[in-house]
Amino acid sequence: MSQQHDVYYVPSKSQWPIVAAVVMFLTVFGAAHWLNAEPGDTGFGKTVITIGAIGVLCMFFGWFRSVIKESLAGNYNHQVDTSFRMGMMWFIFSEVMFFGAFFGALFYIRNFSVPWLGGEGHGVLTHQFLYEAYSGAWGTAGGNGPLHVGGAFNTVVPWGLPLLNTLILLTSSVTVTIAHHALRAGHRGRILLFLGLTVLLGATFLYCQAHEYMEAYKELNLTLHSGVYGSTFFMLTGFHGLHVTLGTIMLAVIWCRVLKGHFNKEHHFAFEAVAWYWHFVDVVWLGLFLFVYIL
Amino acid sequence: MAHEATHDHHDDHHHHAPQGFFQRWVMSTNHKDIGTLYLVFSLLMFFIGGSFAMVIRAELFKPGLDLVQPYFFNQMTTMHALVMIFGAIMPAFVGLGNWMIPLMIGAPDMALPRMNNLSFWILPFAFTLMLSTLFMAGGGPAGGWTMYPPLSLQSDSLAYVVFAIHLMGISSIMGAINIIATILNMRAPGMDLLKMPVFVWSWLITAFLLIAVMPVLAGAVTMLLTDKYFGTSFFNPGGGGDPVLYQHVFWFFGHPEVYIMILPAFGIISEIIPTFARKPIFGYRAMVYAIASIAFLSFIVWAHHMFAVGLPLGADIFFMYATMLIAVPTGVKVFNWVATMWGGSMTFETPMLFAIAFVILFTIGGFSGLMLAMVPADFQYHDTYFVVAHFHYVLVTGAAFAIMGATYFWLPKWTGHMYSEFWGKVHFWCSVVFVNVLFFPQHFLGLAGMPRRIPDYNVAFANFNMISSIGGFLFGASQLIFLGVVVHCAFFAKKKATDRVWEGAKGLEWTVPSPAPHHTFEVPPVVRDEELAHGHTDD
Repeated sequence: MSQQHDVYYVPSKSQWPIVAAVVMFLTVFGAAHWLNAEPGDTGFGKTVITIGAIGVLCMFFGWFRSVIKESLAGNYNHQVDTSFRMGMMWFIFSEVMFFGAFFGALFYIRNFSVPWLGGEGHGVLTHQFLYEAYSGAWGTAGGNGPLHVGGAFNTVVPWGLPLLNTLILLTSSVTVTIAHHALRAGHRGRILLFLGLTVLLGATFLYCQAHEYMEAYKELNLTLHSGVYGSTFFMLTGFHGLHVTLGTIMLAVIWCRVLKGHFNKEHHFAFEAVAWYWHFVDVVWLGLFLFVYIL
Repeated sequence: MAHEATHDHHDDHHHHAPQGFFQRWVMSTNHKDIGTLYLVFSLLMFFIGGSFAMVIRAELFKPGLDLVQPYFFNQMTTMHALVMIFGAIMPAFVGLGNWMIPLMIGAPDMALPRMNNLSFWILPFAFTLMLSTLFMAGGGPAGGWTMYPPLSLQSDSLAYVVFAIHLMGISSIMGAINIIATILNMRAPGMDLLKMPVFVWSWLITAFLLIAVMPVLAGAVTMLLTDKYFGTSFFNPGGGGDPVLYQHVFWFFGHPEVYIMILPAFGIISEIIPTFARKPIFGYRAMVYAIASIAFLSFIVWAHHMFAVGLPLGADIFFMYATMLIAVPTGVKVFNWVATMWGGSMTFETPMLFAIAFVILFTIGGFSGLMLAMVPADFQYHDTYFVVAHFHYVLVTGAAFAIMGATYFWLPKWTGHMYSEFWGKVHFWCSVVFVNVLFFPQHFLGLAGMPRRIPDYNVAFANFNMISSIGGFLFGASQLIFLGVVVHCAFFAKKKATDRVWEGAKGLEWTVPSPAPHHTFEVPPVVRDEELAHGHTDD
């Protein structure tokens, strides 16, 4: 069937939405069960979450496979392309707001809750009656709160691995842009080279991050339990790391699709969507580097 | 009707309703079917949440702990709110949006139909997850729908509820993305933004609010989850955190959320009143700008839910004035609805009755909101039944009445038959009388100091509680009439509906046959200004 442009396109029925709903349910049901498991539990939750997680992977593979097929068959016209673009942009906006919640928590804790516990402003009575010895300093000097939750710890020095990671992510943003320009110019070799470099840089970032976490746990005694400093540090960098992981996988998939010749100069929305996502995790990292590591 | 190449080659039956129950309803990519699924789901949740409310009112019928254990009572208040907000009101609006937005803007379907189906199908699973906690050892969540720590962290059901909320959030975000993409990208040529029906405008702005705040709720409940299960200290002062931090993050979501539940209602009322007043809406642009202003203000008023936690004085004052500012655009809307009716040749079919009741009763809820906005007054009213009365006036006689009005308004378009006007009116009059018997005395209870979320109370509050409970039972029973009218209209009604249905109806949705065929506007319609409800006057 020939695809006419500027005529509405409604996709055919698909089993993937219901599959997605089922596997998502299994994943979170298993996770909730697992979290509440008592010692000596049967491991039911673990089994369910494993089935669910594998199901989610299969679902993504299957759903994207059918979308790619339809795209290669030329079914998607300009209007569908615009809908996809809007979808991706608003999805990234929702991700920005998700990180916003955690950055907001960090700012609140640093500017209000910790100083108040230290006796500033309107926390003076709490301080006097409950936590008189607590200075309300951030980081090593008492970021784990008046009860020293998690014990004494040292913080990660920003000018080592975190700085290197900053440079890695900034470089990867440049390489992905070069790859995009190469795509528009039609230089396949150059796309594969620079996109491949981007994937490698993403993987290197993750390696460094894992190394940093291990060092924090083993040598610095900085853990998720280290009061609010540990909470904000690991939750912010952890969710960011999760997004870099997703981004790296997405870039790798795009690399394979370039290899298979799925894109041309005009039609490469998937490439652009992943590139936007990559720039987004890059920008979040800059915020992390500044507010979590340096300040 | 010409059939263009709107479907790919897998779909060879695109101008018939597709065969097979599973294919049609579970694998759907059709905005009307998915809209119907949303609406049916929401009706089911309305009755489940309503049955929880009946338990609450039965326990409160007279002083003393007579029927249920206090812990179970707390589960009922918590679940009633979660089910009604996330299961009844929000899916109902999404269902109405799904059905009507493509029809109103001349689009063949939603922009991303498969994602639309996923948005719906997540919901039954999310609510199964959440409601299943009621049957588990330890019971369901009992710390209130706001889930304030440290109370909420004491229940093992927390993980289930948090994950259920994550699922609902994913569903809402995808639904909202879909609606924005549909409105911005799928309008028929000539359907300029400022010619769109107010309902479409209200959904565009609501969708923006959803995308902006549902992730914040996800973040807040994720912090609860890690505080309980992974040893973080976000809300633990011993570790440098602060339970009030949760309230800030939660209400940064929560306040826009209450407008998510009322802005589409504003849109619905702005469609119904002009139809039955047979006049274009008064001040179309002002209505649109008012919705946008309310949405903007919703981001800077969240702490008015927290006046009693001990905020710094400057914060109290800022949030008090910001909150009162919302009365201005809301006042514009109420004024314009009244001005639309002024001098109109009005008739009072059931949708119009609900719309007029909305304008009056929502305004009462708005005024009690203004009272609560005043910091010194709020210190007295905080967490009393006055608050309960306030938000039920805006949510039941506001959001729920608008949804019922919308159902009567568009039911003939959906089913092709007229509902029973007599039983519709019976439903309306029972609802409007009993809802006031139910909630109005709660104002007095609250002013007299009765706290909310309490299963037992001082005998001084006995009379008003009994009146309120009687109103509650009768209001609950009245909704069975609603169910009857809807089921009758969908399956048994004989009287055919015309395409236009209502004499004064304007807009593209009334140009298609009743019932609306499975696929509409496969070829973009020619938009003629005189067909439109709005935007063609020089206001």
